[in-house]
Amino acid sequence: MDSMKNSKAKSIVSWIVAFIFAILWLIVSFLPFVFMVLNSFKDKFEMLVKGVFVLPDTWYPTNYIEVLTGSFWSYMLNSIIVVAISLCLLLFISACASYPLARFRFRLNKPIYGVIVACMSIPIHITLIPVFKMSTYTGLYDSIWALIGPYVAFAIPISVFILTSFMQEIPREIEESAEIDGCSKYRMFFSIILPLSKPGLSTLAIYNGVNMWNEFSFAYTLTQTAEKQTLPLAIWQFQGQYSMNTPMIMAVLTLTVLPMIIMFIVFQDKLVKGMTAGAVKG
Amino acid sequence: MQNNSMLKKRRQSEVRKASAIFLAPVAILLLVFIAYPILDSFNISLYKWNGITTDRQFIGIDNWKTLFLDRSFWFAFRNNVVIMVLSIAVQLPIGLALATFLDFGGKKLNGFKVIWFIPLLMSSVAIGFLFRYALATNGGIISTVSSWFGGGNIDLLGDPNKALLTVIAVICWQFVPFYMVYFMAAYTNISYDIYEASRIDGASRGQYFWRIALPLLVPSIKSAAILSMVGSLKYFDLIYVMTGGGPGTSTELMATYMYKNSFKNLNMGYGSTVACGMFILISLIALVTMRLINSGKEK
Repeated sequence: MDSMKNSKAKSIVSWIVAFIFAILWLIVSFLPFVFMVLNSFKDKFEMLVKGVFVLPDTWYPTNYIEVLTGSFWSYMLNSIIVVAISLCLLLFISACASYPLARFRFRLNKPIYGVIVACMSIPIHITLIPVFKMSTYTGLYDSIWALIGPYVAFAIPISVFILTSFMQEIPREIEESAEIDGCSKYRMFFSIILPLSKPGLSTLAIYNGVNMWNEFSFAYTLTQTAEKQTLPLAIWQFQGQYSMNTPMIMAVLTLTVLPMIIMFIVFQDKLVKGMTAGAVKG
Repeated sequence: MQNNSMLKKRRQSEVRKASAIFLAPVAILLLVFIAYPILDSFNISLYKWNGITTDRQFIGIDNWKTLFLDRSFWFAFRNNVVIMVLSIAVQLPIGLALATFLDFGGKKLNGFKVIWFIPLLMSSVAIGFLFRYALATNGGIISTVSSWFGGGNIDLLGDPNKALLTVIAVICWQFVPFYMVYFMAAYTNISYDIYEASRIDGASRGQYFWRIALPLLVPSIKSAAILSMVGSLKYFDLIYVMTGGGPGTSTELMATYMYKNSFKNLNMGYGSTVACGMFILISLIALVTMRLINSGKEK
């Protein structure tokens, strides 16, 4: 009896300790956001004079108005165009490639799959200079079109990896009966496999969509003028313009994170699952 | 019988043709944007070239000789390794602890999960800028908190001795939620029966964790470590934005060093050499660890 009481007390104590750590980490994760949002509503000098964790005297929306009436939307539009086109292309061609890898038997199947998957650990920096060179030769340099090729190419390995294992799980019976009916491989792909792969495709859309939305290295290297740049670079440009005005930068940061936060609220579980897509199957 | 084998052959060639057509777009993109650039980087590394003019000068393996003796490059590599080791040592245990807490607590603790997840929603660039201000000596979070307890301002990013550790802390802040979700997924793969059975047998939660769950999670922990490792060696955005490799070279990484050489100093020949060196080092480290981990599996 005594030992049971003892273990119960021990369990309560360990829960309390766990909760203290949990709340500590909660503060650590959340405090920077509080800092960001709170100060984005302040006047330039108010933050320095009054301290950073004091509520603003009046919620001062001028920073937001100034950012939103400036070039912010052009960055946003560029980001949307690049991500939308790259995603559509990526999902379609990755599905095409995964289909034979998951379903057909041919000699080169394993080696091809191996090579594609091995590309996952390649650092983008080794391709940076040659891709920069290509984009200047083809005249795509400093336009959003230069970004699509590299974005799609670097997302292929993980996408093929996930889609192949997804398609392997689709039961074969449907295909077999379709084959007896004389259905060609191409029709089989478009009318059976592709529709059945939708859950896998949507996970991938989220995972790659987030990565492309936040991509920095290629965007920074391949575009130069502000009108051609994507959202991650907007922060960079605004920083150059308002480097002394911290609240303004905080407003820009809040605005770039906002679309993600809204997505997170709407698709919570799907987003969480999608963002670790690369890891879960590995 | 003959008919049958002919049919088989025809079907085989059909399969081959279909595979080729389905794989073609991916193959073309990978060749154009990954395979060719890698070869081209090795090629460019043999030249002295500023990246703008068309004339470039062939200098053989001079760039490579420079790279081998380049203290800055090896120092950057050392920084990458420090980040790699500390990332694994800090992110994985915290991620695992948070996941365990959520797994034991169940649905009631969903609020914790939502807030813990938020850092992962921000881009590295946004995080870099946010912390550049949030960790500022004057009016930063740490300085403010320290002043509440009567301390003075703390210079974290400007002090060469603290900058790397500060950057690592920010990296951990960003990626702990990733490993948390990762380990939560791993927990759902452990069947509930195992948990129930162990509890009925009188195991406490702690015993369940150390004796049963942890051994079952080892494969996930291993692949998480590989992910973290490769990621740390490729690291770029956040550090480039937050410190630019500074102060001095205290937070310089292979990738930032490569970028500065190529696009700031316009020495693309040497920049390519650094990129190739980085590629070789990462591939080697990845290969060796995969080998080690896989050989562990066979035993």
